[in-house]
Amino acid sequence: MKFIKYLGIILIIFLCNIKNSFSLIEVDITRGNLNPLPIAVSPLSQNKKSKDIFEKKLNIIDIGSEISGVIENNLKQSGLFNPLNKDAFLQKPDIAHLKPRFEDWSLIKAQALITGNVAIESDKLKVEFRLWDVLAGREMLALAFTTVPNNWRRVGHIITDKVYERLTGEKGYFDTRIIYVSEEGPKTQRIKKLAIMDQDGFNTKYLTLGNELVLTPRFNPTNQMVTYLSYFKNLPRVYLLDIETGIQEVVGDFPGMTFAPRFSPDGKKIIMSFAKDGNSDIYTMDLENRIVERITNHPSIDTSPSYSPDSKFITFNSDRSGYQQIYVMNSDGSNVKRISFGKGLYGTPVWSPRGDLIAFTKLHKGKFYIGVMRTDGKGERLLTENFYQEAPSWAPNGRVLIFYRETKTNDKGEGFSAKLWSIDLTGYNERMVSTEMDASDPSWSSLLSN
Amino acid sequence: MYKSLFISSSFHIGVIMLSIFTLPFIAKKPIDVPPLVSVELIEIGTFTNIPYAPKAKKIIEKAKKKNEKLISEQAPPKKVKKEENKKINLEKKIEKIEELAPKKSPTPKNEIKKVKKEKLQSISLPNQKNEKVQFEEEKDQKPSKEKEKNKDLKKITETKKPEITDDEVKQVSEFEKKELFDPNNIAALIDKSKEDFGETNKKSNKITQSQDKSMNLSKLTLGEEDALKAQIFGCWSIPLGLPYNENLLVRIKLKLKPDGTLIKTEILDHARMNMPGQGFYKVLAESALRAIQLCQPLKVPTSGYERWKNLQLNFDAREMLGG
Repeated sequence: MKFIKYLGIILIIFLCNIKNSFSLIEVDITRGNLNPLPIAVSPLSQNKKSKDIFEKKLNIIDIGSEISGVIENNLKQSGLFNPLNKDAFLQKPDIAHLKPRFEDWSLIKAQALITGNVAIESDKLKVEFRLWDVLAGREMLALAFTTVPNNWRRVGHIITDKVYERLTGEKGYFDTRIIYVSEEGPKTQRIKKLAIMDQDGFNTKYLTLGNELVLTPRFNPTNQMVTYLSYFKNLPRVYLLDIETGIQEVVGDFPGMTFAPRFSPDGKKIIMSFAKDGNSDIYTMDLENRIVERITNHPSIDTSPSYSPDSKFITFNSDRSGYQQIYVMNSDGSNVKRISFGKGLYGTPVWSPRGDLIAFTKLHKGKFYIGVMRTDGKGERLLTENFYQEAPSWAPNGRVLIFYRETKTNDKGEGFSAKLWSIDLTGYNERMVSTEMDASDPSWSSLLSN
Repeated sequence: MYKSLFISSSFHIGVIMLSIFTLPFIAKKPIDVPPLVSVELIEIGTFTNIPYAPKAKKIIEKAKKKNEKLISEQAPPKKVKKEENKKINLEKKIEKIEELAPKKSPTPKNEIKKVKKEKLQSISLPNQKNEKVQFEEEKDQKPSKEKEKNKDLKKITETKKPEITDDEVKQVSEFEKKELFDPNNIAALIDKSKEDFGETNKKSNKITQSQDKSMNLSKLTLGEEDALKAQIFGCWSIPLGLPYNENLLVRIKLKLKPDGTLIKTEILDHARMNMPGQGFYKVLAESALRAIQLCQPLKVPTSGYERWKNLQLNFDAREMLGG
C-alpha cells in the first residue's frame, strides 16, 4: 500500500512539473508607435527597347522612375509610410525585382520594399510589381497590370492602393478623383468653374466654362456621375453631369434657397434642402421618375442632408433647438434625434462611407473646426482649427477628409485665398492639396477600380 | 482483488493524465505553410464606370453583422454592470489601502485614474474592453493552475508536520542559489532530503520546491518585463487601418537564444490568418512579427535562460486604436 501511495505522489509531482515546465511567460504588448512605416520604393526597371518606345510615345524619359515617384508621393501623403531616399539604395532595380538582398534593404532600415518592372507588350503598358517584407525576407504581394500607356499615373495609384491595403488592412483611396469648384478673380467678381483632378492634384480638367456660378458638386457613389448646383437666370438649378462622356442634364428648377444636392448611396435619388413658402426643409428626388418627396416638415431651417451608407438614416443640420445643431433621423423622416450637444454651432454633417462616423464643421468663438463624432453624437473629436474652413468630404475608405480653407492674403484682410486641405482621422496628417487655382467645395469620388 | 483494482485504476489514471498533459505539446506542430503569391493580371480599362453599389452593400452588411454581434455579445447593460463592479472594486481597494497604509502614495494615483476614466469615458471605453478581455483570459488560464496548486496545497496540509517552516526557508535559499530547477534532478533532490530529514519531510520539500519553481517560472520581474515591453513598444508600428471594434489580439510564441535573438516565432491563432473577413488579422500579425524581428536581440534578463527561452508575447492594438 505504501508503495502505491508514493507512486501516486510521485506521479502528481511529475505532472505538476510537466505543467510547469511548459508554462510560458507571457508579456502583454498593448502599446506601439504610430510612426510611419519605412518603405523603400525601388524605381521600376525596364529594358532599353521599351524605354525608347515610352520615350517616343509619352515623351517621358524614365517611366519606371515616374511611376515609382507617383507611388512614393501617395504613400508619403497618407502619413502612414515613410518612403526612403533613393540615393541610399544599394541594389539595382532589375536585380532587386528578381530577388532582393534583404540584408541590403534592412541595412537602410526599410521594413517593406516595392520593386517592379515596366514593359510594352503589343502597344500596351504592362507593369508588374512585388511587395516584399524585408524583415521576414519574403514576398507579400505580386500583381501585374496592363493598360493603355496614357494611364501610367493610374497604374501608380492602383499599385499604391494594393500596397496600402496589404500593409494597413484597409482599402486604399489613391485611385480616386476629386471634383471641386475652381475659383479665380476678386471676391466680388469671382469666376467659378467645375474642375476635376486626380487625388494627388494631377490631371486637372475644367468641366464648365465659368459663365455661371457653380456650387457644391457631389459625386455619385456608384459611378462617375456628378450632381451640382448652378444658377440660371438667378434661379438655382440642379444638374447631373457624366464625367466620362461630358453629357449634362438638368434635373429641375427649384426655389431660391436650394442647397447642397447629394446622391443617395445607391445613386438613384438626390437629397437636398430647399425653401418652400419661406420654410427650408429636406426633400428627395427620384432620378428615374423625378418625383419629389418631402422628408422633414418643421418651421425651422433644415439643411445639409447626408445619407448613411445603408440608406436607413439621414443626418442633417437644423436650428430647431434655437441654434444650428446636427440631427439624425430615419430615412422616412421619422424619429428625429439631436446628436450634437457641444458648445458652438454645428453644420455640414457628412456620414462616413464606413458608416461609423459623421464629419462636421463647427463654429465656436469665431473659429472653424473640422471634426468627427460617432453616429450617436458621442466621441466628438475636433481634427483641425482655423479662421475659416468647411465642407468636409470623405475619402472612400472613411479615413481621410478633404475640405477647403480660406485664408487672408494680408493682415488688413484684403484679398483671400481658398485652398483644399486633407486631414486623416488621427488629426496629425494635415496637408494642402495642390490645385492650379483657388479651390472650394471638394468632393471625393469612390475608387475608380477595384 | 481490491488492491489490484486500485493499482490498475491508479495506473490507468496516471497514463491518461500523462497523455492529457504531454501529448498536446508533442502533437502541436506549427503549421507554417509558405504563402503562395500568385501574379494576377488585371486589365485597366480606359473608362472607369465600375459600379460601387455591390461593394458598398457588402460593407454595409458586414457593418450590420458587426453591430448585431456587438449587441448580442456585449449588451450595454452588462458593460455598465461590469464597469460599476470595477469601480466598486477599485473603491474597495482604495479603502483597503487607506486602512492599511494611509501614507502610501497609490491611493491618489488610483483616484486620478478613476477621474480620468470618468472624464474620458468615450476614449477609455475600448481600454476597459481590453481589460475585460485580459481579465477573461487570465480567468481562463489561471483557474486550472490555481486549482492544481490548491490540490497540491491540500495534499501538503494533509501531510504537513511542524518542522516544515524551517525546511521551506532552507529550500527557498537553496533554490535561489541554483536559480533553475531541473525537473530531471527531482530524484537527486529527493535523495538529498532523504539524507537530511526523515521520510515525512521528503514529501513537503518536494512540494514547496515545485511551488517556488512555478512562482519563478511563470513571471519575469517587473523590471525585466518593463525593459522588454519598452523595447517592443518602440519597434511596433501599429497599422492604423485596423477595425478597432474587432478582436485585435495576436499571440506570438517565441523561442529565444540566450542572447535574445530569435530561433523561432509562431503565431498561436494561425487559423485566423486565412479566415474570411479576418484579413486585418494577417496585417496585424505581420506587424507584430516585424516588431519582433526589428527589436532583435530582445532585451531579456541576463540570467535564467531556462525561464524565458520560451516566451509568449500578446500584442493588443485596441488600446492604441480605440481612441
